[in-house]
Amino acid sequence: MSDMNTVDIPINLGSEDCLEIFYWMKLTREVDKRSLDLFKQGKIPGVVFSQLGHEAVSVGAGYALRTEDVVAPMHRDLGTYLLRGMTPGRVFAQAMGRVGSPSRGRDTNTHGMGDISLGIIGYVSHLPQSLPVALGAAFSFQYWGEERVALTFVGDGGTSAGAFHETLNMAAVLKLPLIVVIENNQYAYSTPTRHQYTIEDLSDRAAGYGIPGIVVDGNDVLAMWQAVKQAATIARRGDGPSLIEAKTMRMQGHAVHDQADYVPRDLLRKWGERDPLLRFSQVLRKLRIYDDAIEDEMSARIKQEVDEAVKWAASSPLPEANSVTEGVYARANLP
Amino acid sequence: MPELTFLDAINQALLQEMQADERVFVIGEDVAAFGGAFKATAGLFERFGRRRVLDTPMCEYAFTGLANGAALMGLRPVVEIQFADFVSTGFDPIVQFASTHHYRQREPLPIVIRAPWGGGAYAGPFHSQCPEAWFVHTPGLKVVIPSNPYDAKGLLIAAIHDPNPVIFFEPKYLYRRQKAEVPKARYEVPLGSASLARAGKDLSIITYGAMVTEALQAADTLVFDGIDCDVLDLRTLSPLDEQAVLDSVCKTSKALVVHEARRSAGVGAEISAIISEGAFTALDAPVMRLTAPDTPVPYSPPLEDAYRPNAAKIETAARDLFWY
Repeated sequence: MSDMNTVDIPINLGSEDCLEIFYWMKLTREVDKRSLDLFKQGKIPGVVFSQLGHEAVSVGAGYALRTEDVVAPMHRDLGTYLLRGMTPGRVFAQAMGRVGSPSRGRDTNTHGMGDISLGIIGYVSHLPQSLPVALGAAFSFQYWGEERVALTFVGDGGTSAGAFHETLNMAAVLKLPLIVVIENNQYAYSTPTRHQYTIEDLSDRAAGYGIPGIVVDGNDVLAMWQAVKQAATIARRGDGPSLIEAKTMRMQGHAVHDQADYVPRDLLRKWGERDPLLRFSQVLRKLRIYDDAIEDEMSARIKQEVDEAVKWAASSPLPEANSVTEGVYARANLP
Repeated sequence: MPELTFLDAINQALLQEMQADERVFVIGEDVAAFGGAFKATAGLFERFGRRRVLDTPMCEYAFTGLANGAALMGLRPVVEIQFADFVSTGFDPIVQFASTHHYRQREPLPIVIRAPWGGGAYAGPFHSQCPEAWFVHTPGLKVVIPSNPYDAKGLLIAAIHDPNPVIFFEPKYLYRRQKAEVPKARYEVPLGSASLARAGKDLSIITYGAMVTEALQAADTLVFDGIDCDVLDLRTLSPLDEQAVLDSVCKTSKALVVHEARRSAGVGAEISAIISEGAFTALDAPVMRLTAPDTPVPYSPPLEDAYRPNAAKIETAARDLFWY
């Protein structure tokens, strides 16, 4: 784990980039917070999956990619969705089951919140189902000889499923430009990692596929950025997939209904001290990239954006009941 | 017109679609240099190379999921599952991801999952299954089971052109047993339309896949009893040509539904329900089903012969229904 006092800005990441990264992290947290408010106000019929503690992973990884790359994120990766252009309004509309959402009220919260035009593939609950789907995107890039990469996320729980093995093995055999980020947040719902696997680092499994595997401090956004950037460079030059294990902590329950009494309070306190936003802001202040004035301006901007987004989502209509059977099949013939 | 076997018709459809469209590729176990367990993809590897005819490790889940992702990026994957029985190992990518994607995201997901299907080869419980009901029960998928070489080629081409995930089951019993005239040109047989394989006035035999041949054979014999059968080949189970079913039953007033899949909650149950909802007043007898029993597919010849419907069993059932 890197110490925040020794963090340097990686070369080729300027102060503008750093501020933008911090903006996406703050926006992610604010959208998350507001989603919980909306849930408590009874405006979200389903559930909300907290993003608290995951902002460095989702923003750092997402920011390291190019526009033409493709991600298949899951339910703790709101930062990746937002920075790729999924607007907060559409995110709220999705949770509220509105027509203006990516699924037009067909799918819940971050599930099915994809948009291929933004390079985002929506996921299904059967984690880690996005692994082989991202494998297919990577296959397509290799098929056409494109310098694009596919990135997907998997939790510590998902690494126990067969699809994890099948996907990494096949990606390695075909040398596909795939990046798999394990978001090791210590718990799969209520199951702690000691009941999930027996090794110290899940990234060690990469050796079994003959691919690079590294551990990253998942609460350090710059470390995340650097690790994914490196993996993308490897993938783009045709050297195949990488496995990145981001060690982090789920700071809330599995979803809003889960009080997570099974998580020792001490553990939460320890990880709370390493909050990804707090740490990055301290680094930025130390480097004089960030100060109170910028913070006030950024917070005000985010608040306004999120206010407007909530308003927009609430004004988006609920779907017509008689549209329930629409869209099961694609009708138009493809070109 | 050249005569082709069922297998050659499949092979020709794949070859012609790959020639016509660089986005089409074939992926599966042993499909490349080996040409597939039944040689359905023979010669494609030599012609198109590893890029477009890809052997995979043994991982149906991953390569079926791969097809999903590739399709979303604009490719047109044709997946071969070595035996229809093995499709369960790639179940989630099909029934959870592919089938729901358009409903949830409005993005087309054009994949074709091909698999040798059905019994008659004494291949035992895990190389003989007919798992179509799983997929017919899953909205968002199309399910196709051709009964002859002409339809096999035209339906496969239509499936590859379709913007939806298509499950394409090929009765392996017919692979080399059936030969028929097949045009050399590319052509489509539209998905969702049944075909009247034989026109008759006394009784409707509604079936699909390898049972169409058995039904036609039975119908030829039943003529000598003065029983004139309509034989309806469904060809596509999802979407199902309900109108063709109702038209036939309204004409004959008696319906015998035949399939080699198991009985309970099978396609026959659905067809029976469609008839009772849509043609109740036309019926002169209860809808009769002739299916495999609710057991695993047995191996030993006397057991599989007892398990699987055939022309002789169809004859007996049709007589019973006729004299009801």
